[in-house]
Amino acid sequence: MDYFLTEEQQMIVDVARQITEEMIIPQRAELDEKEEFPAEILKAIAKADLFGLYIPEEYGGFGGGCFEMVLALEQFGRGCVGIATSFAASALGAYPILISGSDELKRKYMPVIARGEKWAAFGLTEANAGSDASGIQTTAVLDGDEWVLNGTKQWITNGGDAQIYSVIAITDRSKGPRGASMFVVEDTDPGFSYGAKEKKLGIRASSTRELIFKDCRIPKERLIGRQGTGFFTVMKTLDLSRPGIASLGVGLGQAALDEAVNYAKQRVQFGKPVISFQAVQHILADMAIQLEASRSLVYATARYINTEPKDMAKYSSMCKVMATDMAMKVSTDAVQVLAGYGYMREYPVEKMMRDAKILQIYEGTNQIQRNVIGQALNKEYSRN
Amino acid sequence: MLKIDIDACIGCGICESTCTFGAIKVEDGHAVVGDNCTLCGSCVEVCEVEALTIERTAKEDGGDLAEWSGVWVFAEFRNGRIAPVSFELLGVGRRLADLRSAPLAAVLLGSGLDRQARELIAYGADRVYVVDEPALADFTDDAYGNVLATLAREHKPEILLAGATAIGRSFIPRVATMLATGLTADCTDLAIRSDDGVLLQTRPAFGGNIMATIECPHTRPQMATVRPLVMKPCQYDDQRQGEIVEVKLDPALLESRVKVLESVRSKDEQVNITEADILVAGGRGLESEKGFGLVRELAEVLGGAVAASRAAVDSGWIGYPHQVGQTGKTVCPKVYVACGISGAIQHLVGMQSADAIIAINRDENAPIFGVATYGIVGNLFEVLPALIDRLKEQRSGKAGN
Amino acid sequence: MKIVVCVKQVPDAKDVRLDPKTNTMAREGVQSIMNPYDRHALEAAVQLKEQFGGTVVALSMGPPQAEETLREAVACGADEAVLVSDRAFAGADTWATTYTLGRAIDKLGGVDLIICGKQAIDGDTAQVGPGLAQRLDLPYVAYAKKILGCAEGKIRLERLMDDGYDVVEMKLPGLLTVVKEINEPRVPSLKGKMKAKSMKARVLTAADLEADPASLGLQGSTTQVVRVFSPEFRAERCMLTGTVSEQVEQLLEKLESLL
Repeated sequence: MDYFLTEEQQMIVDVARQITEEMIIPQRAELDEKEEFPAEILKAIAKADLFGLYIPEEYGGFGGGCFEMVLALEQFGRGCVGIATSFAASALGAYPILISGSDELKRKYMPVIARGEKWAAFGLTEANAGSDASGIQTTAVLDGDEWVLNGTKQWITNGGDAQIYSVIAITDRSKGPRGASMFVVEDTDPGFSYGAKEKKLGIRASSTRELIFKDCRIPKERLIGRQGTGFFTVMKTLDLSRPGIASLGVGLGQAALDEAVNYAKQRVQFGKPVISFQAVQHILADMAIQLEASRSLVYATARYINTEPKDMAKYSSMCKVMATDMAMKVSTDAVQVLAGYGYMREYPVEKMMRDAKILQIYEGTNQIQRNVIGQALNKEYSRN
Repeated sequence: MLKIDIDACIGCGICESTCTFGAIKVEDGHAVVGDNCTLCGSCVEVCEVEALTIERTAKEDGGDLAEWSGVWVFAEFRNGRIAPVSFELLGVGRRLADLRSAPLAAVLLGSGLDRQARELIAYGADRVYVVDEPALADFTDDAYGNVLATLAREHKPEILLAGATAIGRSFIPRVATMLATGLTADCTDLAIRSDDGVLLQTRPAFGGNIMATIECPHTRPQMATVRPLVMKPCQYDDQRQGEIVEVKLDPALLESRVKVLESVRSKDEQVNITEADILVAGGRGLESEKGFGLVRELAEVLGGAVAASRAAVDSGWIGYPHQVGQTGKTVCPKVYVACGISGAIQHLVGMQSADAIIAINRDENAPIFGVATYGIVGNLFEVLPALIDRLKEQRSGKAGN
Repeated sequence: MKIVVCVKQVPDAKDVRLDPKTNTMAREGVQSIMNPYDRHALEAAVQLKEQFGGTVVALSMGPPQAEETLREAVACGADEAVLVSDRAFAGADTWATTYTLGRAIDKLGGVDLIICGKQAIDGDTAQVGPGLAQRLDLPYVAYAKKILGCAEGKIRLERLMDDGYDVVEMKLPGLLTVVKEINEPRVPSLKGKMKAKSMKARVLTAADLEADPASLGLQGSTTQVVRVFSPEFRAERCMLTGTVSEQVEQLLEKLESLL
């Protein structure tokens, strides 16, 4: 279906697709098997000018918005969600600085991120603070000209491979939701270390590690925005990035559908290609319907967000829920269509199914997303 | 230019369906030619109303073609010996020379050539031109090209053949350009057209998906390169008599603008796969370097060499010198065992002339079975170990008694 | 350093088939692409430019649609694009092609290095590179697999041989043909594509080249195609069936007689 992209948007799709076909698809199985961080692929993405897609031109970026990121992420997601997540997570780590950071902070970090010289990561989650982000226990105390951070972050994507970390810590517990602030921590800061790489069900090419702050000292200029605006920055960041995750789901769903249809056309049983059986056709039809509906919602949301509206949270969560639940269902169905072959590691669909699961969990579980949507509806309807 | 007589054209479309390049179409009731036209003339031949013509200004022959006679073969000498392709070329050269009732000569360049010329005579040459100079010890396009072109201008062979080796493919095009004549590369077949004695050169194009027969009608010599192991050499006859002509040339011709600093033989290349009688080749179906180990084991137990499809080389399981196919080597062993190789055309062109092909693949529809003498549809990881074990048993059984 | 890269737009060879009954090439769904070896040639040129400074000119001889390929070259780092295009060039074999490209490069002037791909995947002759060097009376190295360095007007590189490789040194100006091992070609960048979008290639016609008409196209070719046909394959097959051990036993029997 034609989504009426501009010429520039089509170029983004073409470049991302070429990288996906020439680099991501040939290497995805091996990187997944070896749990290896896709450094070379990220460098190629940077060279193709895609790392700076969402960064304003004045900081060396392309000046695109949410929709442009969605277009690139959909292509990368078709190749491998693990590799695509590594790229997406860098954007996630950069967004807080873009949203709330001072001009100096942006000038310091945005150009190097745009050039792909340094990668970023986003440090929110902790052992006791997942869905309940307010439960974070990492603290930051001002000591003279430096902030001193103490605490541990858990399951941070790009942890250990990134150089720039946007980290949220409690600066004044008495202020409740206004008691946290975001900071930029660099990998060379004293007192910063990271844990071993986690072993995961899927997205195994993506690095997931603990971040450990033990009297980690950073210059006070590293505070992102005003003290106490931490959770605000986090919410705005997630509103911007959720359609990106949704887009990974659309890409994965498309890849799964492609594999399933191609297989069903060639696999002959009972004297016919299995696609001639209604049972199989119905599965494929439902996959296709949900995929296209998700794509439409994600694109509509992302285009809307490009206009910087006030009420993006609800739609951002909606497209994330729809596209990621779809990705899980479609990839599982793809395995079913390929049946025995689908279960074998030699065929790419089992990996898609393993990779899809995380999409329903990170950047806010789909249950939390539904909370967000429910609360937004409540608020919306109260005004009238 | 292709000329279309619009009045004569009836818009039947035969030209459109004949055109191999999609360059002519019927629009508004008559034929229209596009930019892709290569002037091959196929449409002109099939047009039933003679509405199509190709304007060709009568091309003059480049000089008196009758002055050119004889078949020449460039004999490649490297690392102390003559490359086997040279003997194969003498095999086809002999046949062509006999058809043209002309002598067959070889041109041998190098340094420290000793008695190499005798071998060329034993393989069928009537005469060998030997240019033995220290300056020719290393291959350079300048020196080798100058020497061959100078000799060709002087002695005027009608046909000049060379091996499509790294050396041949590098300098022969330069020689053809120096001699202002046509060259056809990688020929798989050479024949003489009976009505006019012209050399018909057949070669693959589009990665081997299409074959083309080519001629060089107006200039001499007619030049062609041939891949190793495509032609067969004559029987070696050390009693055969022939003439050896030692040539001395102006030293200026032996100078080169490119200097060879070092020659490095590849570590992997202890065995040249093109010379093995038995090849065991592995492809994607082996899945991993460890899986590929089964191919190595089978090769060892059979006393053969290891080869690979491009997929295996790209995966890093073995080096490029072992690659068989369009972008690798052409092989013609007695036995070629293809393990986990699907048989894409790009691989087939490199091994399809093997005497016997054995294919083992889990996919019964794999194209390799279309060229295999014997095929086994099965799981490599069951068949290969079983085969290896039985062969080892057989060997130890024999040795024991 | 002024580097000219010769690029050719070709049909994607792996998809090309001849229908053996009608002897026509199935063109449906066959994409036009930049000859894969030329992508490596372009990458080599752009890397040299990034290292030593200079300009990269992408040059192509072809019909007007070949401008797409030149656009791709600009998107991947070429600074200029030149299209040599004229009906008179149709039907050219490598002899006529090297004449035409040679005239074009003479016209461009001041060229230090010419880089070509090893061969084009449609013609597969690998003759244009060396032939072009000869037309321009330039030294050349074919099958370059690694560029080791460039200094004092000389370039040092590794050239692929059948049994390994040679390390060679060539004076500039000169010509190289490259093999795939030499590099990983980059994907066009977004900025590159945007630059390429507004680019118009400089077009050189036969008149611009002051070319001798008798040396162009079909007229100027020394070889011509007599016929085109589909390759044939052996039809005999004998499938060995049964359990794994049965198949192996049958194979052993066959091997005995073969070896």
